Amino acid sequence: MILATYFILAILAIIIYSIFEKGLKSISWEVLTTIPKGGYYYGRGGGILNAILGSMALAFGATVLAFLIGLPVALYINVFLIRKKKLVNFIRFILDLIWGIPSIVYGAFGFTMMIFFGLQTSLLAGTLTVTLFILPIMIRSMDEILRTVPIGLMEATYSLGSNKSETAFKIFTRQSISGIITAILLSFGRAIGDAASVLFTAGYTDNLPNSLLEPVATLPLSIFFQLASPVPEVQNRAYASALVLTLIILIVSLFSRGLGKRYHKTKINF
Amino acid sequence: MDNNNKIHISNLNVRAGKTAILKNINIDIPKNKITVILGPSGCGKTTLLKCLNRLTDLYPELNVSGEIYINDRNILDAMADIYQLRQHMGLLSQRPYPLPMTIYNNIAYALKLRGVTKRRELHKLVIEYLKKANLYDEVRNRLREPASRLSIGQQQRLCLARGLAVNPEIILADEPTSALDPFSSQFIEETFLRLKKDYTIVLVTHVLRQAKRIADNVVFIYMGEVIEQGDAAEVLDNPKMEKTIQYLGGTFN
Repeated sequence: MILATYFILAILAIIIYSIFEKGLKSISWEVLTTIPKGGYYYGRGGGILNAILGSMALAFGATVLAFLIGLPVALYINVFLIRKKKLVNFIRFILDLIWGIPSIVYGAFGFTMMIFFGLQTSLLAGTLTVTLFILPIMIRSMDEILRTVPIGLMEATYSLGSNKSETAFKIFTRQSISGIITAILLSFGRAIGDAASVLFTAGYTDNLPNSLLEPVATLPLSIFFQLASPVPEVQNRAYASALVLTLIILIVSLFSRGLGKRYHKTKINF
Repeated sequence: MDNNNKIHISNLNVRAGKTAILKNINIDIPKNKITVILGPSGCGKTTLLKCLNRLTDLYPELNVSGEIYINDRNILDAMADIYQLRQHMGLLSQRPYPLPMTIYNNIAYALKLRGVTKRRELHKLVIEYLKKANLYDEVRNRLREPASRLSIGQQQRLCLARGLAVNPEIILADEPTSALDPFSSQFIEETFLRLKKDYTIVLVTHVLRQAKRIADNVVFIYMGEVIEQGDAAEVLDNPKMEKTIQYLGGTFN
């Protein structure tokens, strides 16, 4: 048990060390603020701004979309379907199931949809695919929090004459605000870190994101493509991307903890 | 139906699966009086109370049948507007459940449901109801603080103020003092005595002394059945049924 724990910690430390060791060497202000010069695969100059901004735009868009769809779903399950326990359990089972589908399958699905609609690889297609990919994560993590709202609070709210929508949006969301924020940040972390779902759908480009219908570069693919290059300078850009991605995810997790604590104060504890 | 009766329950049955929780309940609850529903724990008192504002709807396992007339309308009717119905009643539960917002907004939320929207009027009424529940002096400087910071006794009074703010005719109270210290309990009881001229109060309790202190009318329930009901003095001092005598005498087993 102790051995296993330390083994895992050691592996983790090595991974983080190698990311930082190689990444810090490769990172510079220039790398963070310019786009690749002479093509991302062979060009020796330039940086990864295309991937940073592309990933941010894509993950942000997907998180917003997934939240707008996911919150109502999670509230619906917990407030409106309270009398239908079997149905709710079934929905949760299905969501857990699609949570487990590998992201490459979402990528492939997104790709077939794109062919169907005649869409090329683009920010739009990538965002929609990643939205689908993070939706079950978003819904289920909000759902787990909303489930913990005590039935007594629900009774108190209803006894004042609130209807179901008021109970859902005014009371349940407030009571669970810290968990909802955590769910959003968790989903954002998953959205920005996934490579397979954007491989076929967002494509890759040297340009900064400028249109929903143009391909867009992302950090995970920036690692994937540039690490495969024979040019050492290009490989360094991959390490820089890995470091930036790790830092973004680190910041997001720290934020989610901090915000969670801050919003805890109006929550009623039982 | 007698005009002095606010609530008339007839042939009420509640089942959970195959178990009967309430059996053939017939009760009249008089207007502007405190009716105490008395009985040992687990006899169905709370379920009975929840039938009155249809919180039983939240529990899919409960199957409610029969009739409950409030102001001559059967509230168990599928057509009844339960949201409006619940605004006619304030609920005080065993443990206080303040809403996850500020002290001020706990009351304002209830007022807004009732249709009060003007800021000034809202402010005036929030203070008025906090005073009614005798909480205002303690919280006047911390109205913008989260309600969860109040002590449990204060939270219960906040819940009472909030329950009154929807302007109900009936107050339902489910062992509202069971989690409180003696001082807060006494205060809640005094508030009930003061409020009964304007409200019909239904109080569930297993505490005999509490019933003796404040009841005008008593319903004794045992194992889901009404054993005896009527005037408090009659039921408590001069019980007719074997079970009631045992419970009142403390020789219950």
